[in-house]
Amino acid sequence: MTADTSTTPTPDQPAGVAPAVSVRGVYKVFGPKPAEAVRRLRAGASRDEVKNLGTAAVIDASFDVAPGEIFVVMGLSGSGKSTLIRMLNGLWTPSAGDVVLGDANLATVDGKRLRELRRTRVSMVFQHFALLPHRSVLDNAAYPLEIQGIGKAERQRRASEALDMVGLGGWAESLPSQLSGGMRQRVGLARALAADTDVLLMDEAFSALDPLIRSEMQEQLLELQAKLGKTIIFITHDLNEAMHLGDRIAVMRDGRIVQIGTAEQILSDPANDYVEKFVADVDRSRVLTAASVMQRPRVTLSIGSGPRLAAREMRDADVTSAYVVDRTRVLKGLVHAEAAVPAVREGVEKLEGLVDPDVVAVHQDTPLAELFAPAAGTSVPLAVVDDGGRLVGIVPRVTLLEAMAPADNGDGSDDAEVADGTAPDGAAVETTAPTEGAPA
Amino acid sequence: MIATASDTGTFVPRVELGAWVESAIDWMTDTFDPVFDAVKTFFESIYDGLEWVLSTPPFFVVALVLAALAFWVKGWKLGVGTLLGFCLVAGMNQWDNAMESLALVILASAVALLLGIPLGIWAARNAHVSRVVRPVLDFMQTMPAFVYLIPTVVIFLTGPVPGIIATVIFAIAPGVRFTELGIRQVDAEVVEAGRAFGSTDRRILRQIQIPLAMPTIMAGINQVIMLALSMVVISGMVGAGGLGNDVVAALQRVDVALGFEAGLAVVILAIFLDRVTAALADRAPVAKALRATR
Repeated sequence: MTADTSTTPTPDQPAGVAPAVSVRGVYKVFGPKPAEAVRRLRAGASRDEVKNLGTAAVIDASFDVAPGEIFVVMGLSGSGKSTLIRMLNGLWTPSAGDVVLGDANLATVDGKRLRELRRTRVSMVFQHFALLPHRSVLDNAAYPLEIQGIGKAERQRRASEALDMVGLGGWAESLPSQLSGGMRQRVGLARALAADTDVLLMDEAFSALDPLIRSEMQEQLLELQAKLGKTIIFITHDLNEAMHLGDRIAVMRDGRIVQIGTAEQILSDPANDYVEKFVADVDRSRVLTAASVMQRPRVTLSIGSGPRLAAREMRDADVTSAYVVDRTRVLKGLVHAEAAVPAVREGVEKLEGLVDPDVVAVHQDTPLAELFAPAAGTSVPLAVVDDGGRLVGIVPRVTLLEAMAPADNGDGSDDAEVADGTAPDGAAVETTAPTEGAPA
Repeated sequence: MIATASDTGTFVPRVELGAWVESAIDWMTDTFDPVFDAVKTFFESIYDGLEWVLSTPPFFVVALVLAALAFWVKGWKLGVGTLLGFCLVAGMNQWDNAMESLALVILASAVALLLGIPLGIWAARNAHVSRVVRPVLDFMQTMPAFVYLIPTVVIFLTGPVPGIIATVIFAIAPGVRFTELGIRQVDAEVVEAGRAFGSTDRRILRQIQIPLAMPTIMAGINQVIMLALSMVVISGMVGAGGLGNDVVAALQRVDVALGFEAGLAVVILAIFLDRVTAALADRAPVAKALRATR
């Protein structure tokens, strides 16, 4: 890969924090002469040119994964992603380069130390679950602890906790063959959680599951991640999954990482034609968030102002309602023109009594897919708020529908517009009010 | 003979392979005589012990014990069938022969498995070993069975021991093959899981590979026992004892009655051994687990 894509620091990777996993210039060549193949690849040979020296599964991979990050490696089969993840726990040894896990370089440690690292630092979830069929669910979940040499009572207690975490508390005595695919993978997840390692490798963990079960598992993983703060490296061939789960995504093709970035970066600024084609049919409603499509409200009213000002501003902006915020921009409610105008005639001084507090507000990180239901239930644009409940933007229904249409007019400028016009910094939001009140 | 020799003799010289093997066996007999003596004494004493255990009690006691075993591993049908079958064997006056053959089968199978299963495990884990073992097994399986009897008779003379040794050589192949196959067939991801959680290779073998390969290994054990039984009959030719003696005698005397009775006793023994080992295979934890449904 080109050096600039691999080493470009991305904004959401905190500077100064030691990475949990660091991959530096890693190659893996299967075949008779890996060293020679690496030398030629470094000199600029293509994958096909070194074919007689071996199969280059991974070529010059470099990336850092920050503690607590979900880092997704995405690519089609044969792109080298499975080989890459297997070098992160030493199941494969790199042909060249370094894989640093905390303070240990997996490329150079001996077998004993490697086993110790696997027991204490990094665990794995497998595509086809890889459970022991002759052991109960509880004993399967307790397996890593057994390897760690922990006593029976203690390991069963910790395995039960892990099973509770994934919602399989009542199934401890069952055999894996008695469970459905989704439940089996929960056992796989519980097993990895029971090991209590900081780093979790997930190899196509949800790919063998039905779509409904899969999205259920994705939600559960995100919940667990929020609670436990593990560092997760997730392999998938499913772009939607990658975009939904990943804090950052590395796209692999033919052994090389072609782009690393956030879901929105990859969607709005694909590094090359391959990535662009790949993302063309992504389910945008799950990738784009409220923050990426919201607009600045044309009018925002302060709770301290009066009905006269409110009525005038709404008239000037040609809107029929406006959101009301307090001095710290926390959303207080909505004022309708039909309430403000009579209030002016009646000489009401304060806006406060006219505010309808019963408004539909969504968090800025809500995916578009989850905006449709709230949007359908209200006649005014959706209010978008941040963690502190402060109004950061609005999403009119028309905007929501527009955002769903992929870039179809050639240069993809729509993407850029949506992505760039999105994040108005909360501080700069001006006093402007909702447009187009009620076109049902 | 002379014509044949002159036909090919101009192109290919007579290769005295048979003579070389013979002199190699002779040399071994002379050089390792004490070793072979020790081996013979060792196997003879174990065989005598086994045979004593099976033949000394009255037949109905042994038949009841074997029937109880069949009942325990499989169910009452096999138990009753075993009891009736062995009563018939006793009724045909073949009981002592059958017990001698059973002792031979048990001993030869045990030795074949003791050697074959570890060899199969080794071959599964090491491609070089596998490459060497495979053609050797092919050779051992395709060589006509009673050819093994010739060198073993030269070395061990007559009696049960040459029969046991020849049987081990003849029956070992499926023990090795099924074990190797079973272990190679274990889901690579499950083995990877063991490795990924920091297990040692030895522990992966013990906790994952062998249990998961057990249904296949058990099928191999079943095959070893069946082959052993057929060879034990053939080794009647060297006076190994048991049902084989009567089969060979019946053949030499064209005695249809004796041949049928001894042959039927072999069939009954075979069915018993086959059903019991197959039932044992079904009782392997993995086989049970895979049968379990919601």
